[in-house]
Formats: sequence, C-alpha cells, structure tokens
Amino acid sequence: MPFNLHSIMLDREKCRGCTNCIKKCPTEAIRVRSSKARIIDQRCIDCGECIRTCPYHAKYAVTNSLDDIKKYEYKVALPAPSFYAQFETDDINKLLHALLEIGFDDIFEVAKAAEIVTEFTKEFISKKRDKRPIISSACPAVVRLIQTKFPDLIDNILPLASPMEVAAHLAKKRINRQKGIEIDRIGAFFISPCAAKMTYVNLPLGFERSYVDGVIAIKDIYGLVRSKLKSMNDVEPISISSGKGIGWAASGGESLALGIDEYVNVDGIHNVIKVLEEIENGRLNNIVYFEGLACSGGCVGGPLTVENPYVAKNRIKKWSSKLADKAQILEENTRKIVNDLGIKMEDLLFRKELEANPVLELDSDIEEAMKKYERVNEILKILPGLDCGACGSPTCKTLAEDIVRGLANDTDCIFILRENIKELANKMVELSNKLPPSLERDEE
Amino acid sequence: MLLSMEFDIKAGDFVLAGEASSKIKDALKKLGVKPEILKKVAIISYEAEMNIVIHSVGGVLKAIISKDKIEIIAEDRGPGIENIELAMMEGYSTAPEEIRNLGFGAGMGLPNMKKYSDHFEIESQKGTGTRVYMVVFNK
Ligand code: SF4
Ligand code: SF4
Repeated sequence: MPFNLHSIMLDREKCRGCTNCIKKCPTEAIRVRSSKARIIDQRCIDCGECIRTCPYHAKYAVTNSLDDIKKYEYKVALPAPSFYAQFETDDINKLLHALLEIGFDDIFEVAKAAEIVTEFTKEFISKKRDKRPIISSACPAVVRLIQTKFPDLIDNILPLASPMEVAAHLAKKRINRQKGIEIDRIGAFFISPCAAKMTYVNLPLGFERSYVDGVIAIKDIYGLVRSKLKSMNDVEPISISSGKGIGWAASGGESLALGIDEYVNVDGIHNVIKVLEEIENGRLNNIVYFEGLACSGGCVGGPLTVENPYVAKNRIKKWSSKLADKAQILEENTRKIVNDLGIKMEDLLFRKELEANPVLELDSDIEEAMKKYERVNEILKILPGLDCGACGSPTCKTLAEDIVRGLANDTDCIFILRENIKELANKMVELSNKLPPSLERDEE
Repeated sequence: MLLSMEFDIKAGDFVLAGEASSKIKDALKKLGVKPEILKKVAIISYEAEMNIVIHSVGGVLKAIISKDKIEIIAEDRGPGIENIELAMMEGYSTAPEEIRNLGFGAGMGLPNMKKYSDHFEIESQKGTGTRVYMVVFNK
C-alpha cells in the first residue's frame, strides 16, 4: 500500500535530532540519522503524536491554504464538529457565517453528516450481529493503526464512510440539485483538527476517491474567524446540527449518539493500542461498539486545533445540552435530508476493501522471516537493553530489527562502539609494547 | 525451521498476565502470518495464559512456530482438573468470585481454546497439573 502521500513533515532547520519524537511514535516510524529525524512513510499513520512531542516544533502537517479554495467556482466549507469548540460564542450560526465571510459560498456541517452516519451505523449493527465489537472508522489514524499493527482486526472495522466524507458527498449532491452547478466545479473543504484527514483525502480509506477536495487546518483560519466573529451581530440561522452530531467532537460522543449501552470509548493513540490488544485477545466480545480516537480527548484534542482540549470538551458538552430542546426538529431535519437526497446505507458502504499494511513483517517469505526473527533475538542479546535512542532507533529491539533489515549497523549502538574501541585500544597498547625484530635485544 | 518460545507464567499475577501471549502475537506479526491465523492464535494463547494465571499454581506457555503450523502448549503444576468434560462446557467455571469480578473466569476459556484451534488435546491429573496442546494450521 503506498503511504508516501502522508501529511506529516519535518522542518530540517528546526530539528535538532533530540530523539523525543522517536520514543512517542506508536508505529516506530521515526529514526534519527545525521542529527535529523526521518519519517518512514510506509509506517506513518499521521496520528500527529510527533507534532505534539517535538520541543522544537520541527514537525508540521501539510494542509491546504485558504487561497486554494479559489480554484473552484463554488466553495463549500465542511466544518468539523471540533471547530465549534474553538471559540467563545453564544451562537453557532455566527461561526458558520464567519466561514461564509472568509470566502466560502456554502456550508455543510460535518456534525449533521455525523448524525446521518449514526443512523446508518445503527442499521449496520442490527444487521451484523455476529461481528463483535464493531470498530469505528471515523478516525483515519486509528484505521491506519489497525492496518499496520492489528491486521487481524481489519474485519471488525465499520465499513461506512466517515462523517467528513458523507458531508462532502451530500453537499455536492445538494448544491448540484439546488443550483445546477456541476459537481467538479464545486470545491468541498474540510475544516480540520488533524493531519490524518488530509492523508485520508490523498489516500481514502474504503474508497477510490474522496469527495473532499481539500483540508484546511483549524489553526490556520482561527485568527481570521475570530476577528470576523467580533463584529457579528444577529445572523440568520443556518445551523441544523443537533447535540448528538456536535458531540462527536469529543471522545465518547459517537457512542453516546448511538444510544447503546455496550460500547467502549478510548482516546489517545497509546490507550487505543492497549484496548485493541484486548480485542485481539477476544476479551471484548460482549462489547457491540468500539470508538477509538487517536487524540487525547478526541478530535477536540487534534494537533491542528487551538483551544485547550479540556475547555473545548466542556464547550461541546454545553452545546449538546443547549440544543437538547430542539432535538426533535433537528432529528426531523436529518430524516428530511436523507429522504430528499435519497441516501441508503448501501450508498455509504466501503467500495474498496481495507488491506493490511505489512511493514512490520521481517520478510514476505515466512522461512526467511523466521531466520531474521532469530537473528533479531541474537542481536538483542548483545545490545545493552537501555533503549536510550542514541542509535537513532526508538528501542534496542527496533535497532536489532533495523540491523537485520539492513538499515543500520551494530556499531550504531554507542555501547558496542565503545566496546569495540576499548578492544582496539587494548590491542594498540599491546602492539606498542612490542618491538620490531631488528630492535629486539638478545636475551642473555 | 522451527521457532520456539517459552514463558514462565506466575499464578495470580494479573499485572503481568497477557504478556506472554502478547509476545507470541508480536512474533507472528513480524513473521507475516495471515490475519485469520493470527486471530485464532491470539485468542487461544491468551486464554491458555489466563487459565494458568487463574486456575493453577504456575506453569509455562510455549509456542512452536513452523511454516505449516503454530503449536501452543500450556503446562501447569496443579491442582489439575477433576472433571474434564465438565470443564469443557461453556459457562462452567471454578473461578472464585473475586476473579470473576475482574471480568475473568467466565467459563469460556477451555471452550474457546477448543473452538479456535484446529487440533486440541487436554490431559489433566488431579493434584499434578494440566497440559493443553493446541495446533493452528498455517494455511
Ligand atoms: S504522525 Fe504519528 S505515526 Fe507518523 S511519524 Fe508522527 S508519531 Fe509516528
Ligand atoms: S481523533 Fe480526530 S483529530 Fe485526532 S487524528 Fe483522529 S480524527 Fe483526527
């Protein structure tokens, strides 16, 4: 699977080769070479952990600029639910109008699409009773994590398009119907909390092509939106999302919207890994739904957001309860969209199977892989087991694997290097004590 | 070629429990074993490990991996199973209350081990211990 279109990049100028990031990367995708971090494309799942951990801010995400929307005749913004949590405002409509003022012609709330996905997820769950637990596919970083580290759980992934994808699809359909504008002249831009969504657009999961044309980082338009908000007074209401959809922004919101009891929700990529391990062991078979989000707190904690995730989570909660009394109207709204646009669950199903990403394999031939596995273990016995990272690999084990894969040398380990030098030094001392035969004195 | 791994399992140690099966899974992933096979081995090795932790006074978990098959062997040092037939029944459990409260010991261990392995053998002697031998074919 080509993963070279991922969106996390390194600013070589800023990188000091400190090895902080290599320790935190969940897929061991980073190495330090010649004092600079290097990301192994095929392994990166774009979770953004390295952006968060780099003390020198050398990691960044490549997303679209607001200028990029100008390429399209009609521009529609798809704000992520987490976008709502970034600002202190008494009215969501003001936020949406601010997006219109910064250059968009139209809006389709991803929160609304999330409500639609929730409805179809319920339908899917009731039809597929044998698969337990069903794993949410909303967070692309988690889906890629499963493809990379948990290939045996690919089958459990909910094969439905994510809210962002559904929003883009429906927005284009609606605009085409209402305004007669051709689909390819409409540009749909996701207002995103993360880089994983950008990668999704470059390399969709479950589909050949994404309906999304670009991804704009929340942090890149934050200032602009904020300044527009200030002068915004009473605006015409355009938001049609309910608390359920907006709730998706924070960890647990998706499960809550499903209205089932047997779910587990986990946030933070390393916690997600722990629970996936348990699912693998067959321990969560009584659980119907698993919602795993790569960022701590959920999308409100996305690496491209601005607001403190705890504050943001609280705002999401407030919006959800504030909208509770309108729940019925908003729900009818959902049904109306689904009926008007004639969408069925089948329309949202994956068209392309998710494949395993075999980067952890030592060799594609099992016998060869076994030999390499043994060699890794032999090398491990020699390495000091300190996991110091000085060699540029995150752990001694990874260094051993890198050596076997031909990507590193045992002398990359400073301890082995030191040992070798010591040996060499001893030999030199020994040699220096010896005299050439021409000078050797006769023994009397 | 064979790859064998062996792990000491302590009785009652729920903190370390699952580590051995985790290492077996990790090896299978590095070897590129197919997902369906991996899934089966993951479940049986974990159940076998947990059985030693919950029901025995300690033992070993072994994995022997070859091109064609993966063998999982769990041997413990007592107390053994009185009635194997009963123990193989779904939902039958001799686990004490406090272990069930942890979410373990629901009486699915042995039945699951049998269900997910292609070959399953169990021997047990009251007082001496239990040996479970399981095979998953790598096809
Ligand atoms: S984005 Fe995540 S997976 Fe990719 S290099 Fe950074 S930490 Fe590793
Ligand atoms: S949790 Fe949300 S913000 Fe974070 S990577 Fe996943 S989709 Fe993106």
